[in-house]
Amino acid sequence: MKAWRRKGARMVAGFEQQEAAVLRGLVSQMEDMLKARADEAPQDELSELTGIKAGPSTAPDDPVLARLLPDFHRIDPDQPTQEELDSAAALRSLHEPELLDAKLEVAEVVMETLAPRGGEVRLSIEQADAWLSALNDVRLALGTALDVSDEMPDELPEDDPRSAHLGVYHWLTYLQESLVQAMAG
Amino acid sequence: MPAADEQTQAEPLSDELGAADRPWQTVVWNDPVNLMSYVTYVFQKLFGYGHDHATKLMLDVHHKGKAIVSSGSKDKVEGDVSRLHAAGLWATMQQAS
Repeated sequence: MKAWRRKGARMVAGFEQQEAAVLRGLVSQMEDMLKARADEAPQDELSELTGIKAGPSTAPDDPVLARLLPDFHRIDPDQPTQEELDSAAALRSLHEPELLDAKLEVAEVVMETLAPRGGEVRLSIEQADAWLSALNDVRLALGTALDVSDEMPDELPEDDPRSAHLGVYHWLTYLQESLVQAMAG
Repeated sequence: MPAADEQTQAEPLSDELGAADRPWQTVVWNDPVNLMSYVTYVFQKLFGYGHDHATKLMLDVHHKGKAIVSSGSKDKVEGDVSRLHAAGLWATMQQAS
């Protein structure tokens, strides 16, 4: 694909079928992870009655999910205070359901605007904002899985099992960078 | 908690009230995935900051490892952290010391 470009109030880019398949595949895998986490939320009569969902009070064990759903406090693992731990648990329980909804919503915008066969994508500003968040989320997921660091080389040795996926990660980076630039332009 | 010597001017009786009144801060931490251009864009969009101020905050995150990007009541900062999480930034909240 070429870079995103701005046409009036629309952001436009063309996707090959294979590119669309890769991006839709990653977004849909992330949706599955987020939905599975949402299904773990405790069910109780009060939340069914009020419609107000309470999320889990502990961070996900999975590092990818933990990065997508961060804690509200940064707690020193060597010197955690009970006050901070209690507050982080309460804030997660309160806010995680809406965060999951927000992430699923932006992911769905990508799935709805990018056809499985690829082709031209034309986004409103609002849809482009959703794409930026969703692209960032899949980069966070893949970057965490690949253990990307500031010192990460552009290419890994061929025998590194992460080598092929790193190419996809860099392509997603290009996709997001180009969309930020187009929106600023 | 604040060091006692920072509170020397305060009336002893007001210490407890002071702790509850201290403003909250939104902290954004550096991470190896988020793009500099995107982080700047998010600061502009969520907080209405100008491009220069948003860029300065982004560079602080990048070079110093973190930056305080907003402050205020607990409710306000809680909302700011929530919106930053939705945008995929690594944000936490803390009470000013």
